[in-house]
Amino acid sequence: MILQAIFFYLFAGICIASAIMVIASRNPVHSVLFLILAFVNAAGLFVLLGAEFLAMILIVVYVGAVAVLFLFVVMMLDVDFAELRRDFLNYLPIGAIVGVILLIELIFGVIGWVITPGAPKAISAPIAADVSNTQALGLVLYTRYVYFFEAAGMILLVAMIGAIVMTLSHKPDVKRQNIGDQLARRRSNAIDVVKVKSGQGLS
Amino acid sequence: MIIGLGHYLTVAAILFTLGIFGIFLNRKNVIVILMSIELILLAVNINLVAFSSFLNDVVGQVYALIVLTVAAAEAAIGLAILVAYYRNRGSIAVEDVNLMKG
Repeated sequence: MILQAIFFYLFAGICIASAIMVIASRNPVHSVLFLILAFVNAAGLFVLLGAEFLAMILIVVYVGAVAVLFLFVVMMLDVDFAELRRDFLNYLPIGAIVGVILLIELIFGVIGWVITPGAPKAISAPIAADVSNTQALGLVLYTRYVYFFEAAGMILLVAMIGAIVMTLSHKPDVKRQNIGDQLARRRSNAIDVVKVKSGQGLS
Repeated sequence: MIIGLGHYLTVAAILFTLGIFGIFLNRKNVIVILMSIELILLAVNINLVAFSSFLNDVVGQVYALIVLTVAAAEAAIGLAILVAYYRNRGSIAVEDVNLMKG
Protein backbone atom coordinates (compact mmCIF):
# COMPACT_ATOMS: atom_id res chain seq x y z
CA MET A 1 0.00 0.00 0.00
CA ILE A 2 2.89 2.36 0.76
CA LEU A 3 4.36 1.51 -2.64
CA GLN A 4 1.07 2.44 -4.31
CA ALA A 5 1.08 5.80 -2.52
CA ILE A 6 4.68 6.47 -3.56
CA PHE A 7 3.92 5.70 -7.19
CA PHE A 8 0.71 7.71 -7.10
CA TYR A 9 2.52 10.82 -5.89
CA LEU A 10 5.34 10.22 -8.38
CA PHE A 11 3.03 9.90 -11.38
CA ALA A 12 0.67 12.67 -10.27
CA GLY A 13 3.51 15.07 -9.48
CA ILE A 14 5.30 14.55 -12.78
CA CYS A 15 2.00 14.71 -14.66
CA ILE A 16 1.03 18.07 -13.14
CA ALA A 17 4.54 19.49 -13.46
CA SER A 18 4.73 18.56 -17.13
CA ALA A 19 1.22 19.97 -17.68
CA ILE A 20 2.47 23.28 -16.27
CA MET A 21 5.43 23.10 -18.62
CA VAL A 22 3.11 22.40 -21.57
CA ILE A 23 1.32 25.71 -21.13
CA ALA A 24 4.31 27.74 -19.94
CA SER A 25 7.05 26.50 -22.21
CA ARG A 26 8.62 29.02 -24.55
CA ASN A 27 9.18 26.60 -27.41
CA PRO A 28 6.18 24.63 -28.76
CA VAL A 29 8.41 21.64 -29.47
CA HIS A 30 9.16 21.48 -25.76
CA SER A 31 5.43 21.81 -25.11
CA VAL A 32 4.75 18.74 -27.24
CA LEU A 33 7.47 16.76 -25.51
CA PHE A 34 6.10 17.71 -22.09
CA LEU A 35 2.64 16.73 -23.32
CA ILE A 36 4.05 13.28 -24.11
CA LEU A 37 5.52 13.11 -20.59
CA ALA A 38 2.16 14.10 -19.09
CA PHE A 39 0.36 11.40 -21.05
CA VAL A 40 2.88 8.72 -20.09
CA ASN A 41 2.43 9.59 -16.42
CA ALA A 42 -1.35 9.61 -16.80
CA ALA A 43 -0.99 6.11 -18.25
CA GLY A 44 0.89 5.24 -15.06
CA LEU A 45 -2.04 6.55 -13.03
CA PHE A 46 -4.37 4.38 -15.11
CA VAL A 47 -2.25 1.33 -14.36
CA LEU A 48 -2.49 2.17 -10.64
CA LEU A 49 -6.27 2.33 -11.06
CA GLY A 50 -6.34 -1.10 -12.65
CA ALA A 51 -7.23 0.08 -16.14
CA GLU A 52 -4.27 -1.43 -17.98
CA PHE A 53 -5.94 -1.56 -21.36
CA LEU A 54 -6.74 2.15 -21.35
CA ALA A 55 -3.22 2.92 -20.14
CA MET A 56 -1.70 1.11 -23.10
CA ILE A 57 -4.21 2.67 -25.47
CA LEU A 58 -3.30 6.07 -24.08
CA ILE A 59 0.36 5.45 -24.84
CA VAL A 60 -0.33 4.03 -28.30
CA VAL A 61 -2.85 6.65 -29.37
CA TYR A 62 -1.43 9.75 -27.74
CA VAL A 63 2.29 9.21 -27.62
CA GLY A 64 2.35 7.20 -30.81
CA ALA A 65 -0.07 9.16 -32.95
CA VAL A 66 -1.41 12.45 -31.61
CA ALA A 67 1.79 13.78 -30.08
CA VAL A 68 3.79 12.84 -33.16
CA LEU A 69 1.16 14.63 -35.27
CA PHE A 70 1.56 17.73 -33.09
CA LEU A 71 5.33 17.51 -33.38
CA PHE A 72 5.07 17.13 -37.14
CA VAL A 73 2.81 20.17 -37.50
CA VAL A 74 4.89 22.32 -35.14
CA MET A 75 8.03 21.52 -37.07
CA MET A 76 6.41 21.80 -40.50
CA LEU A 77 4.85 25.22 -40.03
CA ASP A 78 7.44 27.95 -40.19
CA VAL A 79 5.96 30.23 -37.55
CA ASP A 80 7.67 32.85 -35.46
CA PHE A 81 6.59 31.59 -32.05
CA ALA A 82 8.33 34.41 -30.21
CA GLU A 83 5.96 36.79 -31.98
CA LEU A 84 3.00 34.73 -30.83
CA ARG A 85 4.16 34.94 -27.23
CA ARG A 86 4.75 38.66 -27.16
CA ASP A 87 1.61 39.54 -25.18
CA PHE A 88 1.98 36.43 -23.06
CA LEU A 89 1.89 38.26 -19.74
CA ASN A 90 -1.08 40.44 -20.67
CA TYR A 91 -3.35 37.44 -20.44
CA LEU A 92 -1.84 36.17 -17.20
CA PRO A 93 -4.16 38.01 -14.73
CA ILE A 94 -7.48 37.08 -16.35
CA GLY A 95 -6.30 33.53 -16.92
CA ALA A 96 -5.09 33.25 -13.33
CA ILE A 97 -8.39 34.62 -11.98
CA VAL A 98 -10.49 32.21 -14.02
CA GLY A 99 -8.19 29.30 -13.26
CA VAL A 100 -8.09 29.93 -9.51
CA ILE A 101 -11.88 30.33 -9.31
CA LEU A 102 -12.36 27.13 -11.27
CA LEU A 103 -9.84 25.25 -9.15
CA ILE A 104 -11.49 26.42 -5.91
CA GLU A 105 -14.88 25.31 -7.20
CA LEU A 106 -13.53 21.95 -8.24
CA ILE A 107 -11.80 21.48 -4.88
CA PHE A 108 -15.07 22.27 -3.10
CA GLY A 109 -16.69 19.68 -5.30
CA VAL A 110 -14.04 17.08 -4.47
CA ILE A 111 -14.19 17.80 -0.72
CA GLY A 112 -17.94 17.99 -0.20
CA TRP A 113 -18.78 14.98 -2.27
CA VAL A 114 -20.11 11.59 -1.16
CA ILE A 115 -21.37 8.54 -2.99
CA THR A 116 -25.11 8.19 -2.42
CA PRO A 117 -26.09 4.94 -0.74
CA GLY A 118 -28.16 3.97 -3.77
CA ALA A 119 -25.21 4.29 -6.17
CA PRO A 120 -23.86 0.73 -5.87
CA LYS A 121 -27.25 -0.57 -6.96
CA ALA A 122 -27.01 1.44 -10.16
CA ILE A 123 -23.77 -0.20 -11.26
CA SER A 124 -24.58 -1.67 -14.61
CA ALA A 125 -21.52 -3.73 -15.45
CA PRO A 126 -19.55 -4.80 -12.39
CA ILE A 127 -16.00 -5.91 -13.02
CA ALA A 128 -15.75 -9.64 -12.48
CA ALA A 129 -12.94 -10.65 -10.16
CA ASP A 130 -11.51 -13.47 -12.26
CA VAL A 131 -11.06 -11.75 -15.61
CA SER A 132 -8.39 -9.32 -16.70
CA ASN A 133 -9.18 -5.69 -17.36
CA THR A 134 -8.95 -6.09 -21.13
CA GLN A 135 -11.31 -9.05 -21.09
CA ALA A 136 -13.81 -7.27 -18.83
CA LEU A 137 -13.78 -4.25 -21.13
CA GLY A 138 -14.19 -6.38 -24.23
CA LEU A 139 -17.08 -8.34 -22.75
CA VAL A 140 -19.02 -5.10 -22.30
CA LEU A 141 -17.74 -3.10 -25.25
CA TYR A 142 -18.54 -5.62 -27.97
CA THR A 143 -21.95 -6.60 -26.66
CA ARG A 144 -23.93 -3.93 -24.90
CA TYR A 145 -22.02 -0.94 -26.21
CA VAL A 146 -21.37 -2.22 -29.71
CA TYR A 147 -23.23 0.73 -31.27
CA PHE A 148 -21.05 3.17 -29.34
CA PHE A 149 -18.06 1.27 -30.63
CA GLU A 150 -19.34 1.51 -34.21
CA ALA A 151 -20.06 5.21 -33.72
CA ALA A 152 -16.48 5.71 -32.51
CA GLY A 153 -15.28 4.00 -35.67
CA MET A 154 -17.47 6.26 -37.80
CA ILE A 155 -16.11 9.34 -36.01
CA LEU A 156 -12.57 8.26 -36.78
CA LEU A 157 -13.49 7.57 -40.41
CA VAL A 158 -15.09 11.00 -40.83
CA ALA A 159 -12.11 12.65 -39.13
CA MET A 160 -9.71 10.81 -41.43
CA ILE A 161 -11.59 11.76 -44.60
CA GLY A 162 -11.98 15.35 -43.41
CA ALA A 163 -8.31 15.71 -42.60
CA ILE A 164 -7.28 14.27 -45.95
CA VAL A 165 -9.71 16.46 -47.90
CA MET A 166 -8.58 19.59 -46.07
CA THR A 167 -4.87 19.08 -46.46
CA LEU A 168 -4.69 17.49 -49.90
CA SER A 169 -3.56 20.04 -52.45
CA HIS A 170 -3.39 19.59 -56.19
CA LYS A 171 -0.54 21.45 -57.76
CA PRO A 172 -1.29 22.25 -61.41
CA ASP A 173 2.21 21.52 -62.71
CA VAL A 174 2.52 18.06 -61.20
CA LYS A 175 1.71 15.17 -63.55
CA ARG A 176 -0.56 12.56 -62.09
CA GLN A 177 -1.74 9.21 -63.29
CA ASN A 178 -5.20 9.39 -64.85
CA ILE A 179 -6.50 5.86 -64.89
CA GLY A 180 -9.62 6.75 -66.91
CA ASP A 181 -7.54 8.22 -69.68
CA GLN A 182 -5.26 5.21 -69.66
CA LEU A 183 -8.13 2.76 -69.93
CA ALA A 184 -9.92 4.76 -72.61
CA ARG A 185 -6.87 4.74 -74.84
CA ARG A 186 -7.37 2.56 -77.93
CA ARG A 187 -5.14 1.54 -80.75
CA SER A 188 -6.99 3.82 -83.12
CA ASN A 189 -6.07 7.02 -81.30
CA ALA A 190 -2.59 5.96 -80.32
CA ILE A 191 -1.14 4.56 -83.53
CA ASP A 192 -1.18 6.21 -86.90
CA VAL A 193 -0.21 4.02 -89.83
CA VAL A 194 1.32 6.17 -92.53
CA LYS A 195 2.11 4.97 -95.99
CA VAL A 196 5.32 6.63 -97.00
CA LYS A 197 6.17 6.83 -100.59
CA SER A 198 9.56 5.60 -101.50
CA GLY A 199 12.19 8.31 -101.61
CA GLN A 200 10.07 11.09 -100.06
CA GLY A 201 10.17 10.55 -96.29
CA LEU A 202 7.91 12.26 -93.83
CA SER A 203 7.60 15.94 -94.34
CA MET B 1 -1.34 6.66 3.09
CA ILE B 2 -4.40 5.10 1.45
CA ILE B 3 -4.85 6.58 -1.99
CA GLY B 4 -8.57 7.15 -2.37
CA LEU B 5 -10.88 8.47 -5.02
CA GLY B 6 -10.37 12.04 -3.81
CA HIS B 7 -6.68 11.96 -4.67
CA TYR B 8 -7.36 11.05 -8.27
CA LEU B 9 -10.17 13.61 -8.51
CA THR B 10 -7.80 16.29 -7.19
CA VAL B 11 -5.19 15.44 -9.81
CA ALA B 12 -7.85 15.56 -12.52
CA ALA B 13 -9.15 18.90 -11.20
CA ILE B 14 -5.66 20.42 -11.25
CA LEU B 15 -5.05 19.13 -14.78
CA PHE B 16 -8.40 20.53 -15.94
CA THR B 17 -7.60 23.92 -14.42
CA LEU B 18 -4.18 23.92 -16.06
CA GLY B 19 -5.84 23.23 -19.40
CA ILE B 20 -8.25 26.16 -18.99
CA PHE B 21 -5.38 28.36 -17.80
CA GLY B 22 -3.34 27.32 -20.84
CA ILE B 23 -6.10 28.43 -23.19
CA PHE B 24 -6.13 31.87 -21.58
CA LEU B 25 -2.36 32.12 -21.38
CA ASN B 26 -1.62 31.21 -25.00
CA ARG B 27 -4.40 33.13 -26.63
CA LYS B 28 -2.45 33.64 -29.85
CA ASN B 29 -0.95 30.22 -30.33
CA VAL B 30 -3.43 27.73 -31.72
CA ILE B 31 -1.12 24.75 -31.34
CA VAL B 32 -0.76 25.26 -27.58
CA ILE B 33 -4.53 25.82 -27.34
CA LEU B 34 -5.07 22.42 -28.97
CA MET B 35 -2.60 20.89 -26.52
CA SER B 36 -4.51 22.50 -23.64
CA ILE B 37 -7.71 20.91 -24.93
CA GLU B 38 -5.92 17.57 -24.93
CA LEU B 39 -4.99 18.18 -21.28
CA ILE B 40 -8.63 18.94 -20.44
CA LEU B 41 -9.79 15.73 -22.09
CA LEU B 42 -7.07 13.82 -20.25
CA ALA B 43 -8.40 15.20 -16.96
CA VAL B 44 -11.91 14.04 -17.90
CA ASN B 45 -10.53 10.61 -18.71
CA ILE B 46 -8.76 10.37 -15.36
CA ASN B 47 -12.07 11.21 -13.65
CA LEU B 48 -13.96 8.56 -15.63
CA VAL B 49 -11.38 5.86 -15.00
CA ALA B 50 -11.09 6.72 -11.30
CA PHE B 51 -14.84 6.46 -10.78
CA SER B 52 -14.92 3.27 -12.84
CA SER B 53 -12.19 1.73 -10.71
CA PHE B 54 -13.51 2.78 -7.32
CA LEU B 55 -17.16 1.96 -8.06
CA ASN B 56 -16.13 -1.32 -9.69
CA ASP B 57 -18.07 -0.56 -12.87
CA VAL B 58 -16.42 -1.14 -16.24
CA VAL B 59 -18.76 1.19 -18.15
CA GLY B 60 -16.70 4.22 -17.14
CA GLN B 61 -13.77 2.78 -19.04
CA VAL B 62 -15.96 2.34 -22.11
CA TYR B 63 -16.81 6.04 -21.93
CA ALA B 64 -13.15 6.88 -21.43
CA LEU B 65 -12.35 4.91 -24.57
CA ILE B 66 -14.92 6.89 -26.55
CA VAL B 67 -13.65 10.20 -25.16
CA LEU B 68 -10.19 9.10 -26.26
CA THR B 69 -11.49 8.44 -29.78
CA VAL B 70 -13.15 11.83 -29.99
CA ALA B 71 -10.00 13.51 -28.67
CA ALA B 72 -7.87 11.85 -31.32
CA ALA B 73 -10.32 12.82 -34.08
CA GLU B 74 -10.44 16.37 -32.75
CA ALA B 75 -6.67 16.67 -32.76
CA ALA B 76 -6.45 15.36 -36.32
CA ILE B 77 -9.17 17.71 -37.60
CA GLY B 78 -7.78 20.69 -35.68
CA LEU B 79 -4.28 20.21 -37.02
CA ALA B 80 -5.64 19.70 -40.56
CA ILE B 81 -7.53 23.00 -40.31
CA LEU B 82 -4.35 24.61 -39.00
CA VAL B 83 -2.27 23.31 -41.91
CA ALA B 84 -4.86 24.40 -44.47
CA TYR B 85 -5.12 27.83 -42.82
CA TYR B 86 -1.36 28.26 -42.74
CA ARG B 87 -1.18 27.34 -46.42
CA ASN B 88 -3.69 30.06 -47.26
CA ARG B 89 -2.57 32.85 -44.97
CA GLY B 90 1.01 32.11 -43.99
CA SER B 91 0.26 32.67 -40.32
CA ILE B 92 -1.50 30.88 -37.49
CA ALA B 93 -2.10 33.81 -35.16
CA VAL B 94 -5.60 33.62 -33.71
CA GLU B 95 -6.17 37.34 -34.16
CA ASP B 96 -5.82 37.02 -37.93
CA VAL B 97 -8.78 34.65 -38.07
CA ASN B 98 -11.35 37.35 -38.76
CA LEU B 99 -11.75 36.84 -42.47
CA MET B 100 -15.47 36.13 -42.21
CA LYS B 101 -16.23 39.10 -39.97
CA GLY B 102 -17.14 41.16 -43.03
